[in-house]
Amino acid sequence: MRQFLDMGGYAAFVWPAYLVTLTVVVLNIVWARRALERSRAAARRRLDARGEQP
Amino acid sequence: MTWTWFHRLASPPYVYALAARLTPWFAWPAALLIVAGLWGGLVLAPPDYQQGDGFRIIYVHAPSAWMSLMVYTTMAVAAAVGLIWRIKVAHAVAASCAPIGASFTFAALVTGALWGEPMWGTYWEWDPRLTSELILLFLYLGYMGLRAGIEDTQRADRASALLAVVGVVNVPIIHYSVTWWNSLHQAPSVMRLDKPAIAPAMLLPLLSMLLGFTLYFVALLLVRLRGEVLARERSASWIREAVSA
Repeated sequence: MRQFLDMGGYAAFVWPAYLVTLTVVVLNIVWARRALERSRAAARRRLDARGEQP
Repeated sequence: MTWTWFHRLASPPYVYALAARLTPWFAWPAALLIVAGLWGGLVLAPPDYQQGDGFRIIYVHAPSAWMSLMVYTTMAVAAAVGLIWRIKVAHAVAASCAPIGASFTFAALVTGALWGEPMWGTYWEWDPRLTSELILLFLYLGYMGLRAGIEDTQRADRASALLAVVGVVNVPIIHYSVTWWNSLHQAPSVMRLDKPAIAPAMLLPLLSMLLGFTLYFVALLLVRLRGEVLARERSASWIREAVSA
């Protein structure tokens, strides 16, 4: 395990690279869901403004 | 052959429902392929004879770089379709691509820097490959900034589509930069005309990551596309169904 984490002495480069990429992967999922939620909320408001009940 | 499928793909309600149905079919295979690729790349693949374990950065760097180019190409093609045939859904696809592409271009630059320092002795160099990839990030940011600056969605679609289409000239420049000019960056090992210049134990996890990231992109695109389609729809009564579901 120790040896694995050490990455042959490249730990300081390998692990940050994986961390950055996986963070971007996870953030994109959060952002995409949030963008869809925002659009749905805006669409609901547009319907309400027209006096229609969603 | 009829063109009905094409017309249906331009119909917002159809696309909205289809995107919702298709998302898990891309998301779950993507997750499996990425986990398998990480296991293969970090554990199963042997260390490189020159770079030791440092080469394992390839399993996050190459997929990020692939995303940066593939997403841009998708965005430019969708933008062109939107401009030429005036299809709203195509503009919605293009707008959905930009934040995904920008974030993976950033990841490609950062992981590249983290690979460059131990192997080349520098995080950054104004090298053709690195510089053209940085320009790609600015193109994405310019596209997003332009959209954010125009209130009217239709005008934002047309103006940003033009930028996306013109900017696509940068994609082949990035890809061929390592062969056209003297670059620190290595030449392609996987995407070449003859067989890949990399051992199967190292190649398979990489292919798994590349395919996994591609499917993951489609899943993200489908989620974002629903939001963009909804935002472009003014009168349709199907919005009521869409938001109440």
